[in-house]
Amino acid sequence: MSQFIDRRPNGKNKSAVNRHKFIRRFKSQIKKAVSEAVSGRSITDLDRGEKINIPSKDISEPVFHHGAGGRREGVHPGNTDFVTGDRLPRPSGGAGGGGGGDASDSGEGEDDFAFQISREEFLDIFFDDLALPDLVKTQLRKLIKYKRVRAGYSTDGVPTNINIIRTMKGALARRIALRGPYQGELREAEERLAALKLLHDEQHPEITSLTRRIAELKAKIRRIPFIDTFDLRYNNRITQPEPSSQAVMFCLMDVSGSMDQSKKDIAKRFFTLLYFFLTGTYERIDLVFIRHHTIAKEVDEEEFFYSRETGGTVVSSALKLMDEIIADRYSPEEWNIYAAQASDGDNWSDDSPLCRDMLINTIMPKVQYYAYVEVSDDTPRGLWREFVNVKKACANFAMQRIERPGDIFPVFRKLFKKKAA
Amino acid sequence: MSDCKLPYSSEWTFDLLQSYDEEIKKVAEEFNLDTYPNQIEVISAEQMMDAYSSVGMPVGYHHWSFGKQFLSVEQRYKRGQMGLAYEIVINSNPCIAYLMEENSMMMQALVIAHAAYGHNSFFKGNYLFRTWTNPDSIIDYLVFAKKYVIECERRHGEDEVEAILDSCHALMNYGVDRYKRPPRLSIQEERARQKERENYLQSQINDLWRTIPRGDTSLETSRELHFPSEPQENLLYFIEKNAPLLEPWQRELVRIVRKIAQYFYPQRQTQVMNEGWATFWHYTLLNTLYERGILDDGFMIEFLKTHTNVVYQPPYNSPYYSGINPYALGFSMYRDIRRICEEPSDEDRHWFPEIAGSDWVTTLDFAMRNFKDESFIAQFLSPKLIRDLKLFSVLDDDADNQLEISAIHNEEGYRRVRSVLAKHYNLSVREPNIQIHNVNLRGDRSLTLRHVQHDRQPLSDDTDEILKHMSRLWGFTVRLETSQQDGSIEVTHECKVSH
Repeated sequence: MSQFIDRRPNGKNKSAVNRHKFIRRFKSQIKKAVSEAVSGRSITDLDRGEKINIPSKDISEPVFHHGAGGRREGVHPGNTDFVTGDRLPRPSGGAGGGGGGDASDSGEGEDDFAFQISREEFLDIFFDDLALPDLVKTQLRKLIKYKRVRAGYSTDGVPTNINIIRTMKGALARRIALRGPYQGELREAEERLAALKLLHDEQHPEITSLTRRIAELKAKIRRIPFIDTFDLRYNNRITQPEPSSQAVMFCLMDVSGSMDQSKKDIAKRFFTLLYFFLTGTYERIDLVFIRHHTIAKEVDEEEFFYSRETGGTVVSSALKLMDEIIADRYSPEEWNIYAAQASDGDNWSDDSPLCRDMLINTIMPKVQYYAYVEVSDDTPRGLWREFVNVKKACANFAMQRIERPGDIFPVFRKLFKKKAA
Repeated sequence: MSDCKLPYSSEWTFDLLQSYDEEIKKVAEEFNLDTYPNQIEVISAEQMMDAYSSVGMPVGYHHWSFGKQFLSVEQRYKRGQMGLAYEIVINSNPCIAYLMEENSMMMQALVIAHAAYGHNSFFKGNYLFRTWTNPDSIIDYLVFAKKYVIECERRHGEDEVEAILDSCHALMNYGVDRYKRPPRLSIQEERARQKERENYLQSQINDLWRTIPRGDTSLETSRELHFPSEPQENLLYFIEKNAPLLEPWQRELVRIVRKIAQYFYPQRQTQVMNEGWATFWHYTLLNTLYERGILDDGFMIEFLKTHTNVVYQPPYNSPYYSGINPYALGFSMYRDIRRICEEPSDEDRHWFPEIAGSDWVTTLDFAMRNFKDESFIAQFLSPKLIRDLKLFSVLDDDADNQLEISAIHNEEGYRRVRSVLAKHYNLSVREPNIQIHNVNLRGDRSLTLRHVQHDRQPLSDDTDEILKHMSRLWGFTVRLETSQQDGSIEVTHECKVSH
């Protein structure tokens, strides 16, 4: 007698552990694929998983087997016109006619092992061991707005908040409840009265007493108030803290002649990373792109990264524009403001101290976090030196230098490094 | 005997499964199919993918390679590049067979006949399975293995455990005993023994420590000490017992992989026989039921369509050709043996005097019990079948710039085709012959593997990788020497470990 068992309710994720182990093991390769994917995507196009390709040879599990060569003989079906002793050229590229050792089916015809990771896995890997430093975290705490929300009903409050339906419901219930004992007695009395009336005349003492009693009861019932202060119900509202779920990220970039495309590319990746990081925290993020040489201008993403301009550099122009935009559209009470600035470090020398003052006095108090990256392999110049002072003054200011594309990720991680407890 | 027709519908129910199973069982018993009790489990497609990726073990220890398997199955399934197998069946007692809920009633019946009676009777009957596997305790053992691996991960860290398992997997095919029967396992025994081993094993490897130079070595130095005294083909067993630096838990992991390799060893040697047997029986059982009027025409048409797909053998020049389909070859061979028994031709009487005209049920049972793929083909592949399949053999010699057709389906070619095909299923030809040859006891404790070359076939490129795994387990330098056809021996691969 065979036994049938329904295993379907058992759950299907038996392989989850193994899948997780796989991802853990090839984290470095997957991470590479992820960071490549980031540079290929537009800053805002992050809300999806990613197809990961890993070269098959990296994940192959070696076993002893024969390589090509030697003498081998194999049998095949479906002979059409061969006769013994026929000689034919070796098929090129294929495994030859031998087929003796093609026991392994993995990796055949496939160079890469491809699979899909989910958005969560994508982000997890991306932000792996990345967190805001403690100090910055406090600075970065999201803005809190308070909102009054409904929270049921209360028994006291102001008259405007009276909830009529709840109040009337309560009153009705109370009336029914209080009337209950009288009503019962009244009904009995009335029935008895009706019965007595058939047997006796009006003057019968019992009838008079009953009539009196009925009048009494009716009066009592009438005295039950239609509405009582006890019935009153008020809409209750409480204040609830509501973290502001919106953020604005300012991208500031120097587009003077000295910033070539490769430097811009590096800057783009950095901005992407920051944006990416913020998407994990906020529901809505606005991006503001400000480019500047001697004058600053707000542009769209395309123009920001890909159009060329030349000229000198006045960094303060961008800061000034940023401040104006904040005043204009992004009130610090409602918006979490982040800024990332990329530059090659060139600045008109008189301007750098001005930048420092502007940052310390006007901008830094308004923003949650300000990251400055210098894309340059030269020795640090005026702007860097002035910004060092800003860093000293403001805890939520961070600065790093990037020399090659390879530095971006480490630098980004350094900026947002987990601090050992 | 039931004379009522089984209802045919595409939707299955548990009641229907039950009644189909009863009918199939009746017929199977008439044909003397001896099986373990069946435990038939209905699972969903996702669960089938899970089962798939753990190489058919119902409980497996955790390892990334199963995750890789799962990802690739999932990916291909989602893209529609492959359907899932209809069935997975576990060689255990009771025999566990999986039915996928998406399948139609006909498919469920086919799988029941195929797995629960075909494979099941093969597991119970074939000598390799009887010798090398222990279906009563395999599930217990797998549970033990899984728990043990988890415990090791907890105690020694995931990376450590993974490293050992990786290395063992690389040598898994060389972790089997081919000639002596392994002792039976049971979980209690295994647990007790594992504790015991943990205590004793470390001290058992004295062979190496004993050789630390003492004062008076004058007697021994004259003679080259050879260890092991005979070449060892079970690499993992040798490592488990002799690797000097392994911790007890690491030895236990080696042992687990070795035991599982041993459990699957018969399956690797009986692919054609096993699949052919199951296919032959689902075909025969369901046809018998049809002849008796228990199954109706609709069922049979649906069944035959599936069955034909299963046993389709594309010719060598078809774009779908990827070697010989074991289902097709095995199925045709059993059918052919039945034909030889029932209506032998003169040719059959000449080639198969012992079985021509005998009782086919007995003959088939004998064939199933006493052979593996290699000997089965060498024994039973008939000229008629070679002609039907139009088999031909091709000689590919890298000393020759052309291929040569060495035999075709004619009188002169039958024996050659048969022996070449049989050899193709011989694991000892298919897999390189590599054995542990020597351990340098006096010097650097290096281990030497010897590869005896067959037909000048070289080892593949990733041999160096495997030596790395081997030396991780051994703890000292591992080198591999190749013994060529002409008797010359040279060291071809080496993985140095410096201490």
